[in-house]
Amino acid sequence: MANLKPEVEMPKQSPEERIHNFEEVAKGYTEEMALEEAERCLSCPNPQCIKGCPVDIDIPGFIAHIKEKDFEASIKKIKERNALPAICGRVCPQENQCQKFCILGFRGDPIAIGRLERFAADWERDHDIDIPEKPEQTGGRVAVVGAGPAGLTVAAELIKLGHQIEVFEALHTAGGVLMYGIPQFRLPKEIVQAEVDYVKKLGVEIHLDTMIGKLYIVSELFEEGFDAVFIGSGAGLPRFMRIPGENLGGVFSANEFLIRTNLMKAYLFPEYDTPIDMGKIVAVIGGGNVAMDSARSALRMGADKVYIVYRRGHEELPARHEEAENAEEEGVDFRLLNNPVRFVGDERNRVKQMELIRMELGEPDESGRRRPVPVEGSEWLLEVDTVVIAIGQTPNPIIQQTTEGLETTRWNTLVVDEETMKTSLEGVYAGGDVVSGAATVISAMGAGKKAAKAIHELIMAKKK
Amino acid sequence: MFKIIRKRALTPNVKLFEVEAPAVARKSKPGHFVILRTHEKGERIPITLAGNDPEKGTVTIVFAEVGKTSIQLGKLEEGDEILNFAAPLGKATPVKKYGSILCVGGGVFIGALLYQAKALKEAGNEVVIVLGARNEEELIFVDEARVIADELYLSLDDGSMELQGLEFLPEVLGKKKFDQVFAIGPTSMQRELAEITKPLGIPTIVNLFPIMVDGMGMCGACRVTVGGRTQFACVDGPDFDGHEVDYEELLSRMKVYTPHEKICKVLSEEAF
Repeated sequence: MANLKPEVEMPKQSPEERIHNFEEVAKGYTEEMALEEAERCLSCPNPQCIKGCPVDIDIPGFIAHIKEKDFEASIKKIKERNALPAICGRVCPQENQCQKFCILGFRGDPIAIGRLERFAADWERDHDIDIPEKPEQTGGRVAVVGAGPAGLTVAAELIKLGHQIEVFEALHTAGGVLMYGIPQFRLPKEIVQAEVDYVKKLGVEIHLDTMIGKLYIVSELFEEGFDAVFIGSGAGLPRFMRIPGENLGGVFSANEFLIRTNLMKAYLFPEYDTPIDMGKIVAVIGGGNVAMDSARSALRMGADKVYIVYRRGHEELPARHEEAENAEEEGVDFRLLNNPVRFVGDERNRVKQMELIRMELGEPDESGRRRPVPVEGSEWLLEVDTVVIAIGQTPNPIIQQTTEGLETTRWNTLVVDEETMKTSLEGVYAGGDVVSGAATVISAMGAGKKAAKAIHELIMAKKK
Repeated sequence: MFKIIRKRALTPNVKLFEVEAPAVARKSKPGHFVILRTHEKGERIPITLAGNDPEKGTVTIVFAEVGKTSIQLGKLEEGDEILNFAAPLGKATPVKKYGSILCVGGGVFIGALLYQAKALKEAGNEVVIVLGARNEEELIFVDEARVIADELYLSLDDGSMELQGLEFLPEVLGKKKFDQVFAIGPTSMQRELAEITKPLGIPTIVNLFPIMVDGMGMCGACRVTVGGRTQFACVDGPDFDGHEVDYEELLSRMKVYTPHEKICKVLSEEAF
């Protein structure tokens, strides 16, 4: 049977080649590859894959258009549900979402839904297609805080329903973590910019350099006449380890390391003005996607040796399997079951060594993963000149501090109704990492869609 | 884009800009800073605000042309626009009635210090001001300080005035009881001042300016140890208890990018 053929591989730069550049690792399907892969889709009458999609894309529908070579219809089908497909096609963990439910996956490879989504989105960028016609205006006005995946989704959804949308972004560019966090070689910034431009073409107004909580507070947005406010301010506050030597020169938060490289393009210094003080032996602490992104960025900026130091084992790495594999292929040295105890500085207060303690896995903890326990007396020293701490981020607390009555958890995330994403304040909704803690782009977008629906209902009820 | 509506050269390499930014002007207070960028490939640099005029819709910055970005900024003229201007950032200085206050400002930071001193004076405090600089040419805003200050002391590092450095301060502090000291100036000056006021038990607030990137609490480049705890100057400060700051660590962190700054400066000079 034709559909039991294996999935069509996507061309990738070889590890030897790609560690010397910031170009995208995965090159995307050609038209022939996309057609071949799309042919494998069974077009199930009762498709299971959609169940795994947080934004309910009609997956067999868009794949059917690819089969027909009607790529414009395909991307339009995707965009009915997802305003940022070029991004999702690249960074969604499809193996845990849509592709997990594909019935081909029970006997072979599931359909490469993400790669096909990316193909359709990339085709669109090379071919001008029409922007949907401006819908009838409702007179409703919505303020969106933060131009990351959650905020852009809310904006795109609501403007298509005829509301007027203004987005307030603190940084000098829109895109949030897509711009400052995820590296160029995984998600080219030109692609993020194209998706942001699409949202702007729909009519969304984006105010940059505008930090809500500082330049305006949430109550002032209502005074300005907005009917609802959506908070998608992300998880921008880096966690540190609170161990001795953490403030030595050469010790970075992953946020700083990635903001300098991605947002400020330090890998192009001095063409770009922002430098990064990276040495030759880099240790990244943590096992998530952010740690992998940091380690792989360090290689590309010329590090001779890059370690991942993680306190649990390989099985427990929270990074996507594909990302850890990419890092391994590129030569990142995984020092698993190790945890830093302190950093040692030289006479100029720059880090020169890191003291690690070996760990072993004990009983499962509340996260369900086995708890790492230090092995007494197993401390050892690792020579390093740069350390990147990638052990997680929590929400930036400024909106919480400046918005009276906004209920938060002890992790400073916002408390919301899970169906409507409504916060403890009337007319104020939230979604993305500021609610969930650091999670995925697509889950932020899914939350944005739920919030958009609830905000639309609120406004329509009010306008009656 | 943010238009420069007034430019003044205060010394050969210290400039004052009045920038049109109506929303920022409504919210700015002493102690706040701006993160700005001059072009698409530019870096984000923090500058402490030196004034605001909500009615006119402007804020004032005073800066020294010391690195590539500040040199480029200084080349902009009235009518030109600044690409990015994110403000007000940081926590404002707590302006209230303390009683008798000593305000100490150094060099280019005198503008920011006087913004603070003026607000403290208007809050009903008695304000004694000390202004210091390396030499007479770099001593700025003396007339403006005279209008605010109940008493004014001027001091130069090169010894060309009666007062030099901070040596005379213990005498000033001994003359009457001070309830609070504020300082904005070079870090080494702030440290020296804190060492003088600590044994006297006079609370001292210093305004720090470590290296920053986003200036919004995201990167942690600006972390400083205060009272044994790591704080982010951009969101937890930039005002901190001057007696609790680890100045040694702060000064070493501020030097991390000195070699890169030199590269940038040399390359940009070659370009002109």
